[in-house]
Amino acid sequence: MKARITITLKPGVLDPQGKAIEGALHALGFGSVDGVRQGKYIEVEVAESDPARASAEIERMCEQLLANTIIENYAYELDAA
Amino acid sequence: MKASVIVFPGSNCDRDAAVVLKSVMGHAPAMVWHGDSELPKSDLIVLPGGFSYGDYLRSGAMAAHSPVMREVVSRARAGTPVLGICNGFQVLTEAGLLPGVLMRNATLRFICKDVLLKVERNDTGFARHYQEGEVVRFPVANKDGSYFADDATLDRLEGENRVAFRYCDASGAVTADANTNGSCRNIAGIYNKTGTVLGLMPHPERLADAALSGTDGTKMFASLVEAIH
Repeated sequence: MKARITITLKPGVLDPQGKAIEGALHALGFGSVDGVRQGKYIEVEVAESDPARASAEIERMCEQLLANTIIENYAYELDAA
Repeated sequence: MKASVIVFPGSNCDRDAAVVLKSVMGHAPAMVWHGDSELPKSDLIVLPGGFSYGDYLRSGAMAAHSPVMREVVSRARAGTPVLGICNGFQVLTEAGLLPGVLMRNATLRFICKDVLLKVERNDTGFARHYQEGEVVRFPVANKDGSYFADDATLDRLEGENRVAFRYCDASGAVTADANTNGSCRNIAGIYNKTGTVLGLMPHPERLADAALSGTDGTKMFASLVEAIH
């Protein structure tokens, strides 16, 4: 199964990269931009066909390494592919 | 006294740490490859600066799970002094030995210059050769040096007197201008609860030779030698 993992900064955590991107979008004329937060996207292939077991594995990976839960939240979707 | 310097792929201050340790101890420390699962008997463990694993994922995240780190964490919990400098500080937070996290500098710039630090306490093995409130000069060289923790954690750190150094001006005033990387409450370094694990972003080992224009950093290593003996 493939897990598509999205890691985002928690609300309130300063994101200078997001701020810089927001500034650049404004400079390009995208005046409607009202906030940018930058995160990470990670795809992990797991040799596991049971979705419940795959989910449990992915959560442990996120907790132990892929996300730093002091500053980041994570979410994921599983594909059977 | 026996010291060990852990060498990760991408460490680049391991030799600097070894040179200053040799100068204060009179003999060279052990250089321990991160992939080793055995760590020699050590009275001091140093996690050096650098860019372990190319700072992939998050600075220090991968190194924190290197084979040797299991032993480092267990020795640290048993009371062996551990000093994490720059990337070493990032590794200590990722390994859970120190709270908080080091984030991208507020300016988004790599900051490479000497900074002034206020010594917050001198009753630890790392700081006995400093005066409380003394202003010292150490170099910084990092892009992910902005210390972050939530307010409850910061209050706890301050309540337990665990802030080691703060960015300050020449008079020792802890100002926003002196805080070039945007660290919470100007924090440059912190201790664990027992004062035996220190993580700091600035580099004491890089200002430890009069020929390199200063020796403020030497005092930290000399303090450790005296405390451990």
